[in-house]
Amino acid sequence: MPEATFQGGLKAAWTSVFAYVLFGTYVGLGALALDFGFSVQWLTLSTIFVWAAPAQVIIISGLGGGASLIEVALAVTLSAVRLLPMVVALLPVVRGPRTRTWQLLLIAHFTAISMWVESLRLLPTMPREQRAAFCIGLGTGLISAAVIGGLVGFYLTAGLPVVLAAGLLFLTPLSFLVSVARNSRTLVERTAFGLGFVIAPLLAAYKIELDLLWTGIVGGTLGFAAHRLREAMR
Amino acid sequence: MSLVNEFWPYLVLILVGFLPNEVWRVLGLVFARGLDEDSQVILWVRGVATAILAGVVAKLIVSPSGALLTVPLSVRVAAAAAGLIAFLLIRRSVFAGVLVGEAVLIGGGLVAGP
Repeated sequence: MPEATFQGGLKAAWTSVFAYVLFGTYVGLGALALDFGFSVQWLTLSTIFVWAAPAQVIIISGLGGGASLIEVALAVTLSAVRLLPMVVALLPVVRGPRTRTWQLLLIAHFTAISMWVESLRLLPTMPREQRAAFCIGLGTGLISAAVIGGLVGFYLTAGLPVVLAAGLLFLTPLSFLVSVARNSRTLVERTAFGLGFVIAPLLAAYKIELDLLWTGIVGGTLGFAAHRLREAMR
Repeated sequence: MSLVNEFWPYLVLILVGFLPNEVWRVLGLVFARGLDEDSQVILWVRGVATAILAGVVAKLIVSPSGALLTVPLSVRVAAAAAGLIAFLLIRRSVFAGVLVGEAVLIGGGLVAGP
């Protein structure tokens, strides 16, 4: 792996707003893990292996709160459905003629909203043969920020005022909102983004099962239809 | 028995945390095989992923968990809107959007106070 591009990815991670957002989010998660009686090693491994803040919140509060294992596993897998289309959309952008399978596996594992958004922003202007190494550097950097945030949260946030804890939890939706707005340049993405924002809370309010999955299929398909319609009218 | 007690949390982590989460990433790897970056399928998949992301964000704001519940819904929505407007007005800077949104949330949370 060419060192320069791996290091370039690491550097991009640390200059990304997401390094700080992840740090803050995982400070909150570290405090949560401490509250529910998990060890700091367990928290760190869960960050490295699960690498999805919403799923980790479900695991920690679910197991800590006494939910059954099946229940937690089901909630985790439902929250993780979003990773499938993200990986499918990202890998063809990353892949070059000499990209190895282990690199793609690692990149698929590193895929999370933060890494996905930053990769799709930074990769297109980069030579194809450098993209995989850059992506691995980016993912490594972002996970490091999350791990450090978790440690800080575990050891330093006893008795955090509740409004600050709320502020840390708000970092996730706020940063996703703004950065997805920044990345949505095509008609497909803009339409899908606007629709998703309206559809998901409606489905959740009516307690429709698999609400996020339906949100994605309906919002994405309508966005794609809008794009095809515009192409056809040209 | 003590060995079981020690390793049990890690086994649980793999079974109910890692595997149910990772399966979607591996499936993504399988489905992505042979797809071209500029193909129509990828365009549609990006739309699906974007709509899901918007849905995740909306749900985290409308029906959050934990400490965020102590901040009223009106303040959460106002903070999200303020963040988005700040992003658009201040050189499309994500940093600016996040800072302004957080300031509105924490300020509003203090004023509305539990």
